[in-house]
Amino acid sequence: MAAHESTFQPTSRTGKWLDERLPLPRLVHGQFVDFPTPRNINYLWSTGGLLAFCLGVQIATGIVLAMHYVPTAADAFNSVEAIRRDVNYGWLLRNIHAVGASFFFLAAYIHIARGLYYGSYKAPREILWILGVVIFLLMMATAFMGYSLPWGQMSFWAVTVITNLFSSIDAVVPGLGTRIVEWLWGGYSVSSATLTRFYALHYLLPFAIAGVVGLHIWALHHVGQNNPTGLDIKSTSDAVPFTPYATIKDVFALSVFVLIFTWFVFFLPDYLGHADNYIEANPLSTPPHIVPEWYFLPYYAILRAIPDKLLGVIAMFSSILLLLFVPWLDTSRVRSAKYRPLYRLFFWLFIGSVLALGYLGSKPPEGAYVWWARVFTAYYFLHLLVVLPIVGVLETPKTPPGSITEAVLGKAGKAHVSTGGKS
Amino acid sequence: MASHSAEDPNRRDFIVIAAQAFAAVGAAVALWPFIHQMNPDASTQALASTEVDLAPVAPGQAITILWRGKPVFIRNRTDEEVKAARAVKLADLKDGLARNDALPERTRATDENRTKPGKENWLVLVGICTHLGCIPKGQSLGDNRGDYGGWFCPCHGSHYDTSGRIRIGPAPRNLEVPPYAFLPDTTMIKIG
Repeated sequence: MAAHESTFQPTSRTGKWLDERLPLPRLVHGQFVDFPTPRNINYLWSTGGLLAFCLGVQIATGIVLAMHYVPTAADAFNSVEAIRRDVNYGWLLRNIHAVGASFFFLAAYIHIARGLYYGSYKAPREILWILGVVIFLLMMATAFMGYSLPWGQMSFWAVTVITNLFSSIDAVVPGLGTRIVEWLWGGYSVSSATLTRFYALHYLLPFAIAGVVGLHIWALHHVGQNNPTGLDIKSTSDAVPFTPYATIKDVFALSVFVLIFTWFVFFLPDYLGHADNYIEANPLSTPPHIVPEWYFLPYYAILRAIPDKLLGVIAMFSSILLLLFVPWLDTSRVRSAKYRPLYRLFFWLFIGSVLALGYLGSKPPEGAYVWWARVFTAYYFLHLLVVLPIVGVLETPKTPPGSITEAVLGKAGKAHVSTGGKS
Repeated sequence: MASHSAEDPNRRDFIVIAAQAFAAVGAAVALWPFIHQMNPDASTQALASTEVDLAPVAPGQAITILWRGKPVFIRNRTDEEVKAARAVKLADLKDGLARNDALPERTRATDENRTKPGKENWLVLVGICTHLGCIPKGQSLGDNRGDYGGWFCPCHGSHYDTSGRIRIGPAPRNLEVPPYAFLPDTTMIKIG
């Protein structure tokens, strides 16, 4: 895979025997032990490891929760209550799974923002970036269907609103949108049939995510990791072996992450949810104020900012799909925003807009909230479609250092090169 | 694979293309049960109808009943509400079509076309916002009925007038009028 010579040497007889038949230990050693890692990566590069951890936690807790959950409209709500109250350690497993979804997205958003800041999507990492966007889309689908399972008021109405997005196709081909929505529902309204199929897919999709994560890591290890300077590894002194350097750094980051995670699991398990979801689903009454989980709020704000149904839906979906084209929308030859003073300004404006949209998405759709949502929605699209291409051309970037080693040790560091790295 | 050029196909080329086409059609046909299983089945499709007694519904009041898993609004409108609905110019409407299942699709959205003659005070609607499927507020007297005195959808801020027509907000269509009939010699109404 990667263009480095692995130092793997099986010592035992069994080790040599296996190496000639299935060189799995060699693969692991080459990719996760002596894999050359840029010596200057910061803690933002630990988010990848955190995300792998989150996926593992969600799958492990999800499988055991599935042993107690009943996916029918009549029993779903009560079975979740039984998991919380009766099942041995059910409260713990359920809290980890629910809080885990939030922390999964938290880590994903930091991971994506890091990619945007340091230009991790630029050649030769376009496929790596696109696979990341695919994982993000699969995560959103999984989280959405998972949220429907407790069958509370917010679950029910979130499913109703989001599946109805497809009815906007009626504006293009009359009747087709309604057909699609009824096909998704398996009826004329969100019903038991809908819940059961969402459950089946909620169980399936995480394994699809795991598959794409495999490709994502393959692509990453083929082209090598980006780093804060955006420079490629040019000499052995630019890199350190993955283990122990990156491994230990990731373990420390994970410890801090898990500390905060467990704080929420034990002390604030419902802080990130909605009280309305502890009322069983009622198809005759919409809660006065429907809001999605926090991680969907920016997209919800974009949907509501646009007063036309079809255009609102198109804007919402394209706000995510546009990310697929970022590698080509950004015209700058310099990767890292560290050396792009003008882009850096717009980058923070973009992050600010996303956060503002998140806040506005949680507010009722009226008055000044709608107008501000329009302003920030406009900037969201302007940033991706106009600012990225134009700033790349207009801006005079600062001159990046000659190498990663030089960035870390300064020009004088060249004298230390011989002792600087060993892989 | 083919040993001959496109201008000069031989029997082997024909067999290969025919076999591939057959396999493609077979694969597509095999896929259909996997897609169609998700559609509403016959037991769901069986068009159930619902009958309700309207005698207890006084002018100004409204009731909500369940039909095919969907809420149906039945409002006994006051004279002022009927008058307000009729005074609206069609040019002011966002959706100019009546959306009445009993009338042809291109019927204009006058209040007359959304009610039954002689029973103008009764407005019967599928109580689902045409935007994203929330249940609009306005059935209870204490509810926010929006700027036009009909219904207000709290999810994304759509305002409907006293004829259930969309006036402001993201909803694209007027509230749907389901098929219904007043049963003769009773105060009953049959939906569906």
